[in-house]
Amino acid sequence: MGNMKLNLKIWRQKGPNDAGQMKDYPVSDVSEDMSFLEMLDVLNDDIVRKGDDPIAFDHDCREGICGSCSLFINGEAHGPGKGITTCQLHMRKFKDGDTIHVEPWRAKAFPVIKDLAVNRGAFDRIQSAGGFVSVNTSGNLVDGNAVPIPKDDADKAFDAATCIGCGACVATCPNGSAMLFVAAKVSQFSLLPQGRPEAKLRALNMVEQMDKEGFGNCSNTGACEIECPKSISLEHIARLNREYLAATVTKE
Amino acid sequence: MSTLDSKIPPGPIEKKWTDHKSHIRIVAPANKRRIDVIVVGTGLAGGAAAASLAEMGYNVKAFCFQDSARRAHSIAAQGGINAAKNYQNDGDSTFRLFYDTVKGGDYRAREANVYRLAEVSANIIDQCVAQGVPFARDYGGLLDNRSFGGVQVSRTFYARGQTGQQLLLGAYSALMRQVGKGAVQMFDRHEMLDVVVVDGKARGIIARNLITGELERHGAHAVLLCTGGYGNVFFLSTNAMGSNVTAAWKAHKRGAYFGNPCFTQIHPTCIPVSGTHQSKLTLMSESLRNDGRIWVPKSLEDAKAIRDGKKKGSDIAEGDRDYFLERRYPAFGNLVPRDVASRAAKERCDAGFGVNKTGEAVYLDFGAAIQRYGKLEANIHKIENASPEKIRELGTKVVSDKYGNLFEMYENIVGEDPYMHAMKIYPAVHYTMGGLWVDYNLQTTVPGLFALGEANFSDHGANRLGASALMQGLADGYFVIPYTVGDYLADDIRTGAIDTKSAAFEEAETAVKGRIDHFLNNKGTKPVDDFHRRLGKVMWDKCGMARNATGLLEAIAEIRRIREEFWRDVRVPGTANEFNQELEKAGRVADFLELGELMCVDALNRNESCGGHFREEYQEADGEAKRDDVNFRNVFAWEWNGDPSTSPLHKEQLEFEVVKLTQRSYK
Ligand SMILES: Cc1cc2nc3c(=O)[nH]c(=O)nc-3n(C[C@H](O)[C@H](O)[C@H](O)COP(=O)(O)OP(=O)(O)OC[C@H]3O[C@@H](n4cnc5c(N)ncnc54)[C@H](O)[C@@H]3O)c2cc1C
Ligand code: SF4
Ligand code: FES
Repeated sequence: MGNMKLNLKIWRQKGPNDAGQMKDYPVSDVSEDMSFLEMLDVLNDDIVRKGDDPIAFDHDCREGICGSCSLFINGEAHGPGKGITTCQLHMRKFKDGDTIHVEPWRAKAFPVIKDLAVNRGAFDRIQSAGGFVSVNTSGNLVDGNAVPIPKDDADKAFDAATCIGCGACVATCPNGSAMLFVAAKVSQFSLLPQGRPEAKLRALNMVEQMDKEGFGNCSNTGACEIECPKSISLEHIARLNREYLAATVTKE
Repeated sequence: MSTLDSKIPPGPIEKKWTDHKSHIRIVAPANKRRIDVIVVGTGLAGGAAAASLAEMGYNVKAFCFQDSARRAHSIAAQGGINAAKNYQNDGDSTFRLFYDTVKGGDYRAREANVYRLAEVSANIIDQCVAQGVPFARDYGGLLDNRSFGGVQVSRTFYARGQTGQQLLLGAYSALMRQVGKGAVQMFDRHEMLDVVVVDGKARGIIARNLITGELERHGAHAVLLCTGGYGNVFFLSTNAMGSNVTAAWKAHKRGAYFGNPCFTQIHPTCIPVSGTHQSKLTLMSESLRNDGRIWVPKSLEDAKAIRDGKKKGSDIAEGDRDYFLERRYPAFGNLVPRDVASRAAKERCDAGFGVNKTGEAVYLDFGAAIQRYGKLEANIHKIENASPEKIRELGTKVVSDKYGNLFEMYENIVGEDPYMHAMKIYPAVHYTMGGLWVDYNLQTTVPGLFALGEANFSDHGANRLGASALMQGLADGYFVIPYTVGDYLADDIRTGAIDTKSAAFEEAETAVKGRIDHFLNNKGTKPVDDFHRRLGKVMWDKCGMARNATGLLEAIAEIRRIREEFWRDVRVPGTANEFNQELEKAGRVADFLELGELMCVDALNRNESCGGHFREEYQEADGEAKRDDVNFRNVFAWEWNGDPSTSPLHKEQLEFEVVKLTQRSYK
């Protein structure tokens, strides 16, 4: 066991209709090798043994790839440190005696389920509005190497495709906009020949769904790019805007 | 003893699947609309199956316990996916992939299934490219490949160190397309808690809405379990925190036999345990063994000095390093299969050569690779007389392009820069080859209940080769089940919707509710994890990398004690009708506590060593595994009877008509 003492202030909210409040949890014996979530595990273990209700939070892979974890720590989505998710945050980033505020993602389109867990179903609905290439399963498609793709395009598409759908961009944005998330998907497909045929329609449909879900407008503050654990670039928003504009022009 | 019918089609191996597909029954398009299929799990297997079946016209309901289908554990796969494309012109073929997989599995897999897997592997790559999966490409714009363990060709396709993510997002996008069309109803944050069997056929499930706690009945004409592996029975593993055996275990209790439960894969390259708070272990992809060299010091003094912090790996001269895999297995070197590499690392650490505080770590070193790539790049870019720093910089860039995210992950967790200091790694539980027994059509012993992906036992025998799980998941989901389920469903075109008010649904729901109420009213003293950790330790110590009869018998007794105490003393706070993560865990650990015992029973009965199953009593003089093909050339399939220790055992004899059985050698 380690020897750090910390003063945690954690958001507790029984359910979607509860007002919720911050609550104090002093913890000790925190080791710097622990991950932030392991520190919460230890706290929860203690809470359960005392007969209280443990703190709910989403997590699964604990290695920065599934996009489940989603804590707003000391005013930053996924806490201090660049290019990491909450589950990749380790306690060596903090020091003995620190006070740490832990809150859920806060956005109109992400209602709280309980404590630190929120509902990000809106992202799935945006995806189902157009985040795909319309191709059925088939045993006899063209060969994977039939259409060479310039390495540069493939790499850029890959960079966009690394979005984990965590929602940190939304939580960080002063307007609660989902533009970075949507742009990453639109951009991935529009950079690849397989995605080109539907590029405009895809942009149109996904943006339309995004608006329906109650996400705010993008006012180019760039906060999303800074907090995105996968460093998804604002360049993709520019590409989305181009596709979208082209789509609205042809539509009219 | 009953004989299991594996339903392997007749004919020569390369014709079986084609002939089978052309002869099985199919459901006409108009009739598909009258048929409901439940797919539990949205990983590669489930996502691919649900999307494909919906495209074909079936009504699909898909379930996952995460908050989105995109977060299934498949997302975490790193290294790559195999396919017999022979793009590198290095002699690969369907046959070679088939042969490597059967041999890699130490001759405990069913030939016909493996051949089919190899056969459809090439289609998978084409399918994924068409979906917009951004695989790695070379400068000419063509798909790039790398090598994985246990093979001598380059057939692994990849997307940096995030192959699973990209493939899953491909399957997820196909799935979401069907959700958008209304062909799939998606139930996320739902956990299946029982299979409902009506008149001997699987006809639905009981699921709990994890947000409201409500129990729901869902009826269907067939149920597909694509629920992943059960490595978390060891508590510490590379699996996601939520991965569990519950779906498969409930199916087992409803009559599905469990195949080879003790066949567990312990992966050689994971980040070592750092303390008692540890909640999971992190894999460093096998692809790293393409370029990283594994070693420990040759002398015990050096090893001790490193453990005491008096020396660093870099202080050990080249000649004083023991590259033990290269030494023992010159033909395959660092790319021997996982079971072999893991045991070799354990052997060195047990002998006192470990290189971290706990003595349970070996080095994975990229120094040589950085030099080699640096020089190559300098040549490509025509940099003459490049300085050592320049070479290092160029080499580091190549290594970072290939494995950047893995190196970052390592640095985050360990707090040390792996470009400067050799990584420290140790084996960890990673994958379970065992799973629900299925026939050639992927059907379990319960009619109408199918198992796909890691949840079934079918293709990897006693050891899985790297990059073959993604291949199997997608093969099962995209290219196998769409055909084989049709053959079964052809009888159901007139059945009509399944009545969920029947007695079978009533009974199943009542049982599920009873169990939940027990947990909540138990008011014991210890949290769920307390029991899970103890179970995990017993499993790791006695049913892990090496097993023996005495240890297994002890383990069985200990697990039974922990299980008894769990039911008596577990504390689950909160109520049934809310988001209650402790309650979710309690149900899963209850099932692990039964499965763990069955795994030990299975290991105890298999009196041979094969693949990942190493029984200390059965080894060659040089420490290699000693297989017994006379008595154990078979699959163990266990039937549930209420007590894992007295479960009836059924055996499927494996026939090797194409591959000759030999001692597996990587020397
Ligand atoms: C860290 C790591 C790296 C890996 N890298 C590779 C690699 O490079 N190449 C390779 O070939 N393999 C790799 N593997 C193995 C491979 O990722 C898995 O075997 C494979 O992805 C399993 O896919 P699946 O579809 O069978 O199950 P999963 O992806 O595990 O999906 C299971 C699904 O079932 C759902 N589920 C489970 N139980 C229930 C329930 N009771 N109710 C409702 N839903 C349920 C889950 O929500 C999830 O959607 C790796 C594994 C790990 C752990
Ligand atoms: S764009 Fe970045 S912050 Fe937003 S969902 Fe994707 S990974 Fe998360
Ligand atoms: S838990 Fe998966 S990204 Fe953090």
